[in-house]
Amino acid sequence: MTTFDFLLQGMLVAAQPMNLLYALIGVTLGTAVGVLPGIGPALTVALLLPVTYRLDPGGSLIMFAGIYYGGMYGGSTTSILLNTPGESASIVTALEGNKMARKGRGGPALATAAIGSFVAGLIATLGLAFIAPFVVKLALVFGPREYFALMVLAFVTVSSAFGDSTLRGLTSLFIGFALAIIGIDQLTGQARMSFGVPDLLDGIEVTTLAVAMFAIGESLYIAAQGDQGPDKVEAVKGSVWMTAQDWARSWKAWLRGTLIGFPIGAMPAGGAEIGTFLSYAAEKRLSKHPEEFGHGAIEGVAGPEAANNASAAGTLVPLLTLGLPTTATAAIMLAGFQQYGLQPGPLLFATNPQLVWGLIASLLIANFMLLVLNLPLVGLWVKLLTIPKPWLYAGILLFATLGTIGANPSVFELGMLLAFGVLGYGMRIFGYPIAPVVVGLILGPLAEQQLRRALAISQGDVTVLFTSPVAAVLLVIAAAALIVPLILRARGRGQVLSQLAANED
Amino acid sequence: MSKGNTPSTQTRRPDRAALVIAVFLAALAGLIFWDTSRLAEITSYSGIGPATIPFVIASVLLLLAAWTVFEALRGDFPARERQEFGPVIWIIGGLAAQMLTLKPLGFSIATGLLFAATAAGFGKRKLWFTIPIGIVLCLGVWLVFAGLLQLSLPAGPLEHLFW
Repeated sequence: MTTFDFLLQGMLVAAQPMNLLYALIGVTLGTAVGVLPGIGPALTVALLLPVTYRLDPGGSLIMFAGIYYGGMYGGSTTSILLNTPGESASIVTALEGNKMARKGRGGPALATAAIGSFVAGLIATLGLAFIAPFVVKLALVFGPREYFALMVLAFVTVSSAFGDSTLRGLTSLFIGFALAIIGIDQLTGQARMSFGVPDLLDGIEVTTLAVAMFAIGESLYIAAQGDQGPDKVEAVKGSVWMTAQDWARSWKAWLRGTLIGFPIGAMPAGGAEIGTFLSYAAEKRLSKHPEEFGHGAIEGVAGPEAANNASAAGTLVPLLTLGLPTTATAAIMLAGFQQYGLQPGPLLFATNPQLVWGLIASLLIANFMLLVLNLPLVGLWVKLLTIPKPWLYAGILLFATLGTIGANPSVFELGMLLAFGVLGYGMRIFGYPIAPVVVGLILGPLAEQQLRRALAISQGDVTVLFTSPVAAVLLVIAAAALIVPLILRARGRGQVLSQLAANED
Repeated sequence: MSKGNTPSTQTRRPDRAALVIAVFLAALAGLIFWDTSRLAEITSYSGIGPATIPFVIASVLLLLAAWTVFEALRGDFPARERQEFGPVIWIIGGLAAQMLTLKPLGFSIATGLLFAATAAGFGKRKLWFTIPIGIVLCLGVWLVFAGLLQLSLPAGPLEHLFW
């Protein structure tokens, strides 16, 4: 069977009325939560995971896919109208989008973001469908040592290659690893780091950690800033429709953004922001109106927003084909798979093609639904932005704890939620990134397993890790991704970052 | 973590808060060494057992602690924004209250307290007003999630009136 047949089959699964309903609920919830200020896609997915607990795996993953895409759309609305981007990947959208909104061109800004997201989502999801089978074939020849090398590369890129400090990125990652040790060792059945507490034998739930760090840590941090007066929500004046000139200036930016974003997302390395920054820089250079950049250039919204969504779809390539999450959102989605005992990876394509292709096809459907939901109904979502902060954060914490209680109604679990929330708050104060903790927690045990398998095959010979060409190349890239930024930062005190910052003016 | 310290923007002096972080990392490493040392005897023929990876992680944590000390002494940590601890205490108190009252009083009352405490942290201090609102809202949430979606949310006296 060809990819096309598989996709067609997936369409049949996704087009079943119940699954369409799940997708619709997913995109609606995803947009509604994603639009709330301060909530990015990772938290959206973590908060809404409990809603899917009682569904069958297929329906739940379809709803999940809708939530993921919906959260991405919602985030762009927030950054355009409120200038407090809910996710780091939306920072660039906020740059030009908020300026446009202040000039009364919020409507076209939202439209170009939504249509750009749609175009990018469509192309990138098709890209996912056509690339996935090749990666699966490649992955089938991977042994434990290649997987281990791949995971090392993901660890480095998620934690330290980007961001502003190698030390703090690595520290976050290793805190995640330390938490990952807790529980029963999968190969020998020994309890590690559980200190005789039965609740710890199962290890730490990824969703508990993610919700605690993102929702509670962030709420504490915002609360600790004190009362800074209400945020100014830009009203959407005039038409949401784009003029002919807007279209002419947007369509190339959408396509370029997609071309930049998708490969970056699809690589087994972290960092959705990079695609948006690159796209912004490219649009600024190629634009016929460079003087408008910084004052509300429509290309500066269209390109990065397309890049953002394309790399979001791209992240699903390593997640589905290799079981490798490269963002916090993907890590939580992996946890969503695991709650049904499904391990994404090449085998899932063989054992459960209906599920995988149904999921990919429902991403396409979710994308259409989102376009309809977001363009005409944008006024409704804007209302959500005007919820006063006390009620907003009270509600966020209500749902954050609801998810944890729903998964495991124990006082101990809530205690962990509180402890990790305080830890997340502390990390936020000192500028430690959160995503590496989450990725370290879920990917750490998998990496340990692959490493120990590789060494069991070689009977303890460590050099075997470097004698496979694929593994060796991956490890060399990982080492370069660790060392090069370190040198750059030491010499130019963060040239990468200052270059990105220079784009702001 | 070191949230008790007053964050300030000292640049060239040793950064006390960062030193506390280094101590925290070293303590975490020590905890891992202490706990997994009893597993060190177990090795398979691969040469690595359940204690090997934890040992590696703990060793790296020690290195990171040393690196943190180094950066703290050089004043390389970024400046922190001033934190107001009143709101933080409200929210932490709310979470603790929810944790302690969840089993005896049920989901709605416990989470209603959290709701009111969070709102108080963000400036809405009229508890006589916010606690009832929170409890009613949470009861609605309970009816939807425990009733329709069948999540196992603990029921208390209030929930038993409906179910």
